[in-house]
Amino acid sequence: MARFVMEFERPLAELEDKLGSLKSLDIAATPELAAEIADLEREVERLRVTLYSALSPWEKVQVSRHPDRPKTDDYVAGLFDQVVELRGDRAYADDQSIFTGLATLDGRRVVVIGHNKGHSTKENVARNFGSPHPEGFRKAERAMRLAARFSLPVVTFLDTAGASPGLEDEERGQAWAIASCLETLSALPVPVVVVGIGEGGSGGALAIGFGDRLIMLEHSYYSVISPEMCAIILHKDAARAPESAAALSLTADDLLRLGIVDEIVSEPLGGAHREPDMVIAEVGLRVGAALDALAGEDPRALVERRYERLRSIGVYNEAG
Amino acid sequence: MSINDWFKQREGRRYTVSAPGCPEGKPGDGLPDGVWRSCPQCKRTLYQGDVARCLSVCPHCGHHFELIARDRIDAIIDPGSFEEIDTTLTSTDPLRFSAGKPYGATLEKARESTCMTDAALTGRASIGGHPVVVGAMDFRFVGASMGSVVGERIARAFDLARDERRGVVLVVASGGARMQEGMLSLMQMAKTSAAAGRLAQAGLPYVSLLVNPTYGGVTASFAVLADVIFAEPGAMVGFAGPRLVEQTIRRSLPKGFQSATSLVEHGMIDDVVPRVELRERVATVLDYLMPDAALEAGDL
Repeated sequence: MARFVMEFERPLAELEDKLGSLKSLDIAATPELAAEIADLEREVERLRVTLYSALSPWEKVQVSRHPDRPKTDDYVAGLFDQVVELRGDRAYADDQSIFTGLATLDGRRVVVIGHNKGHSTKENVARNFGSPHPEGFRKAERAMRLAARFSLPVVTFLDTAGASPGLEDEERGQAWAIASCLETLSALPVPVVVVGIGEGGSGGALAIGFGDRLIMLEHSYYSVISPEMCAIILHKDAARAPESAAALSLTADDLLRLGIVDEIVSEPLGGAHREPDMVIAEVGLRVGAALDALAGEDPRALVERRYERLRSIGVYNEAG
Repeated sequence: MSINDWFKQREGRRYTVSAPGCPEGKPGDGLPDGVWRSCPQCKRTLYQGDVARCLSVCPHCGHHFELIARDRIDAIIDPGSFEEIDTTLTSTDPLRFSAGKPYGATLEKARESTCMTDAALTGRASIGGHPVVVGAMDFRFVGASMGSVVGERIARAFDLARDERRGVVLVVASGGARMQEGMLSLMQMAKTSAAAGRLAQAGLPYVSLLVNPTYGGVTASFAVLADVIFAEPGAMVGFAGPRLVEQTIRRSLPKGFQSATSLVEHGMIDDVVPRVELRERVATVLDYLMPDAALEAGDL
């Protein structure tokens, strides 16, 4: 199967292909080949470092969308034991674009909520490419309420391009479903740890995307609007998304600076999909540490502090 | 006066009635009574004096003209009861947003043409004698988008109402979150929703009136968290804009999609209320939902 090559990786991919074809030749027959291969290997390594160590915001957006990037269910399978999936919103359907379940992280019992993109086209169709319908948000809210009733901390994973913008999504109250999640999440009397693992697209991400600790992978993004949509609004041209991506301050680094994100998990050179097990394990450690730090806090103090933090977000002048 | 200037002047007068506090001669203050205008719905030519007397509703077909925020507030409160709060909050350009037109220039132009400091206006008032905090949004100001200042004013409105045991009544219009403030804008959705939730927990009522148009991050946050939601006739309300929905489903949209009446049919709002009946309707709701002041005093 052909591997997925992101636009900006193309020069590297071409070099790698060349290296691959050289390696497939008979080295014994052409002794000077060995030296050429060694040269090319050094060149590939050099290009890999320069390419990936200074990704632009738009390149990070592409990495965050990489089809092989670990998904919520990879984190669930890799980190949690005794998983009991909770399905359905008890009103209309089970929206598979959001995963909810009871799970145990290294002995810590939690409720997990996450946008769940698929690994294959078939899975992606079943999961609407990770873009929730209103029933997905209502399922998420059901899981939040369950967590509150049984004093279980909540761990959420963000990975969505945004809430689904379909006709029926509108008719079934997409905005209402998201708003209700926001209200419930803001007052949840249990610790909430949020992990941005891929795309953090707008209101659909925010519905499960704030809490007491916000951790982001190095190449994940979180944005008020997709760079493409922003470019269409500003220039009527989606091709100008790279400019928009830079202007929107949507990278983990930008958001750490703005005080919205608390910590960043570094990714291996090239992105999380190069070493998924390593990244998943590191996320597990960070989430565990965050849960431990928040454990035993008075629920009312926790809610109060979360509100204070939300209230403090925003930049404005005030005279007098 | 050149013909271009004449058109420019007319453009500035598209919005009707008065904007107190606005320097004389600026667009946004009154369309003089002597002006004739045409109704976009029934195409009749109307005398502005008649339109103004009907709260800017066409006397023939009931078309609701847009109103500036100040007039939205005047249309629902007890006359003369409005006292604006948080007047000195102004937006900055925290991201130095550079794509497209510089955000600073956009803000400057909006302030100039609307005589407002940002897209939302809030204050204390009374409705049917009930103490409330009211607010209204103005589409002329960067599409009534929600950035830090709008989010802060709305959150403070809820907080103040909670502190002073008032109800909250908001007239909402918006194109959504203000993208020029990036994630700071998106987070205002969480902030305003949290504040609305705390008002609800305090046992105080919140009524929202959705006017044309209300979309995006504002619909998906405080706008629809009200105890009772009304919409104005002709209001279009949704999360995703109709063009995006159409592109997504690749067929044309059904008639009336996202209209106020279809929202009632789908169970999303309580009623479509004509502007002239609004004050009374909101007052009646508050009669039911406002906690009894005497009882509350007794409780203390």
